[in-house]
Amino acid sequence: MPATSREGNTVMKIRTLGRHAREGVKNLVRNGWMTFASISAVTITLLILGVFLILAMNVNFFAQNVEKQVEIRVFIDTLATKDNIASLEQNIKSIPKVASVQFIPKDEGLKQLRESMGEKAYLFEGMDKENPLPDAFVVKTKLPQETAAVASELKKLEFVSSINYGEGTVEKLFAATGAVRNVGIGFIIGLGFTAMFLIANTIKLTIVARRREIEIMKLVGATNWFIRWPFFVEGLLMGIMGALIPIVILIISYHYLVDAINGSLIASQMFQLLPLFPLVYQVALALLAIGAFIGIWGSLVSVRRFLRV
Amino acid sequence: MIEMFDVWKTYPNGTNALKGINIRIEKGEFVYVVGPSGAGKSTFIKLMYREEKPTKGQIFLGGFNVSRIKERQIPMVRRSIGVVFQDFKLLPTLSVFENVAFAMEVIEASPKQIKPRVMDVLGLVKLKHKAKMLPSELSGGEQQRVALARALVNNPGIIIADEPTGNLDPETSWEIMKLFEEINQRGTTVVMATHNREIVNTMRKRVVAIEAGQIARDEQRGEYGYED
Ligand SMILES: Nc1ncnc2c1ncn2[C@@H]1O[C@H](COP(=O)(O)OP(=O)(O)O)[C@@H](O)[C@H]1O
Ligand SMILES: [Mg+2]
Repeated sequence: MPATSREGNTVMKIRTLGRHAREGVKNLVRNGWMTFASISAVTITLLILGVFLILAMNVNFFAQNVEKQVEIRVFIDTLATKDNIASLEQNIKSIPKVASVQFIPKDEGLKQLRESMGEKAYLFEGMDKENPLPDAFVVKTKLPQETAAVASELKKLEFVSSINYGEGTVEKLFAATGAVRNVGIGFIIGLGFTAMFLIANTIKLTIVARRREIEIMKLVGATNWFIRWPFFVEGLLMGIMGALIPIVILIISYHYLVDAINGSLIASQMFQLLPLFPLVYQVALALLAIGAFIGIWGSLVSVRRFLRV
Repeated sequence: MIEMFDVWKTYPNGTNALKGINIRIEKGEFVYVVGPSGAGKSTFIKLMYREEKPTKGQIFLGGFNVSRIKERQIPMVRRSIGVVFQDFKLLPTLSVFENVAFAMEVIEASPKQIKPRVMDVLGLVKLKHKAKMLPSELSGGEQQRVALARALVNNPGIIIADEPTGNLDPETSWEIMKLFEEINQRGTTVVMATHNREIVNTMRKRVVAIEAGQIARDEQRGEYGYED
């Protein structure tokens, strides 16, 4: 009687896979201009998406560089003895959020100050004998965002005379880089959905043209997956082909951009573009994956409606 | 082979197309389904290959409870039935051979099986010599013979036809009917909705008359019984 064991063979035969691939490619060729329109839509979307991805990754890189530079300077009371300083160092190290502690004797501190002043270093001439700077610790936190919290803890320790970590500036910087990141992610998601919608719509048109074929396939006993597969292949191919052009364009133009900027004077330790590799691999992979996903999703969404024949 | 128990069909718009159908069709029978236009003949046919679902009642067909099966089992039911329509339903871009082979490809038969089997059925409908032509290059009768070949190619136990001669002239209609007769004599059950009075009255078979969604008459070697 009604036997569940009489369902279709779910394991696809290799020959059938070949047929679906052939049908998918045939459909792409047969619907030449619509294929072209779809691929163009993916190309444009992925190009914009790729530019944003590269931009976002570089902003992220820049933010990380800036964050890495954030450090807390803990100035030590001039009355502290060597033992006092040693126990202070232990106390700082015992704060869990602290990543590293480095002792900067006052001579070293003066040298660093001079270097940072550049041309105006002459202002500090003759200070070597009467160095007004105290000894200090440079503290780095595990997470840059925890700087303020750690700073307030450090303030409470014995033999700490004062603390400097650029209050206010640091907080503002984190807020800014965070905002840039979020806007970038939002934009990329929005563009991704636009592309999916475009593909789904284009494949829908090609399916309408093949409505009769689907109807007959259902009549002679085709399973839904058998009907879906060629469209799946078609969508996948469109997505991947749509990703290839943006990948090539982005690799070439980013290559020139990196050459131009990282070799120039604007570049500094903080402001630098990410190197060509592995960035382009990552972006290429991301675009291929997104292109494939968009294509497959678009085709499956479109075909679903037509399977209820 | 085919059984219906108190089958009702109400379309979403409220039309009661079938009202309490009970019927039993044995393996190897040849049944005409006749009746006025709008009586429910097409609905009766559609329920069998699960194009439509009954609102109430049970339908058994070749080991399936067609009224109860899950969506994904529908293909299996259809593979045990061959369906033929008034408008042929051929794919215009495929050749005669490809149109028939299509039904075998869909159930994932191997090319080795497909070729000889398709030529066999094309031989049965006497169209071997036109295997490479497109449907548009054939007459209506020839197109219906291709459709019949496609319905037969997977060796179904049942052939269901909804007015297969509706678009054909009398002479061509007879050719098609002779093919159905031949197929039936090879053991295939045939259920055919038809308006063709001359055929029903000449090629005598079991006649089931549906009127206003109910079986009004069911006779062996019956007559058409309506003045068209
Ligand atoms: N898809 C449908 N939706 C609504 N009503 C339908 C549908 N198909 C058929 N009907 C109605 O059901 C009745 C029976 O139709 P049908 O089975 O096609 O009759 P026949 O084939 O005998 O001419 C008619 O009144 C028809 O209008
Ligand atoms: Mg009808």
